[in-house]
Amino acid sequence: MFRPLHAVGLLFAVIVGMAAQPALAESPEGLLESLRAEASGTAGFQGFSAARGETFYKNKHGDDWSCSSCHTLNPAAEGKHAKSDKLIKPLAPSANPERFTETKKIEKWFKRNCNDVLDRECTALEKGDFLAYLLTIKK
Amino acid sequence: MNIAGKYLLGLFAAAVLFLGATLPVAQAEEDEYSGSRATIGAARPSNPKWVSECGACHLAFPARFLPAESWREMMSGLDNHFGSNAVLDEETAREITVFLVDNARRKKSRDASGNMPKRITESRWFMREHARAELRVKNNPKVKSMANCAVCHIKAEQGDYSERNIKIPK
Repeated sequence: MFRPLHAVGLLFAVIVGMAAQPALAESPEGLLESLRAEASGTAGFQGFSAARGETFYKNKHGDDWSCSSCHTLNPAAEGKHAKSDKLIKPLAPSANPERFTETKKIEKWFKRNCNDVLDRECTALEKGDFLAYLLTIKK
Repeated sequence: MNIAGKYLLGLFAAAVLFLGATLPVAQAEEDEYSGSRATIGAARPSNPKWVSECGACHLAFPARFLPAESWREMMSGLDNHFGSNAVLDEETAREITVFLVDNARRKKSRDASGNMPKRITESRWFMREHARAELRVKNNPKVKSMANCAVCHIKAEQGDYSERNIKIPK
């Protein structure tokens, strides 16, 4: 059975959905600065290291997965979820300008993925090294 | 109403007719396979948060694949979601739960041992539908898991599980 009201509702939902796209709230560089501010409070902090970030990205941390298990060894490439095979858009901002631009999303995924890879939350130093590494990746 | 108004109304009516003519056809077919007829004739239920949150890690599995009780239990245990911590903020979790429960499978659903199914793939209806397919894809590395709907159901992302849109990879 066809119900015109449903179609009206659907059209309305589509229009509202398009209007509700969140604005870009952050930039990767801005995030790196706020991580630097956070990390500089810890003893012995001497800046972020892209090389350390690369090691962190590619190695496992006591669990089954590394960052690269899903995001692949090349952060500029498309990834694939290690369990579900779901396609993952590139992680490096050079290959995917949407990355690290929305605070809520950044926090959610750091929390979730650090938990999956390290069984704990990541420190500001780890996040900063990781981001510094990603920012060195060319498309 | 002026002429422009009538014109717009006409356009709108045409759009509505078009949607009405295209959606229900595809719908009627796929519902045979989920065992639920509740959604025939209506647009496929969707919710932006369900798409963005559930669909971030795996296919956003249709609500009609599990009964309401299964969704409620799953959504209250996201801190251990099949081994992953997939906790959502409260508001998002509530909205998605309501969406899933509202559009859940209406028929009774059980797993092989007669319990409430925890996974879609352990539901009796699913195992019945896929008994032959499972044998065919058993050692196929491209399939990996029976939960990987979109490998064979090439339009699963659009909610289309119809027979004509199945293509089993070689």
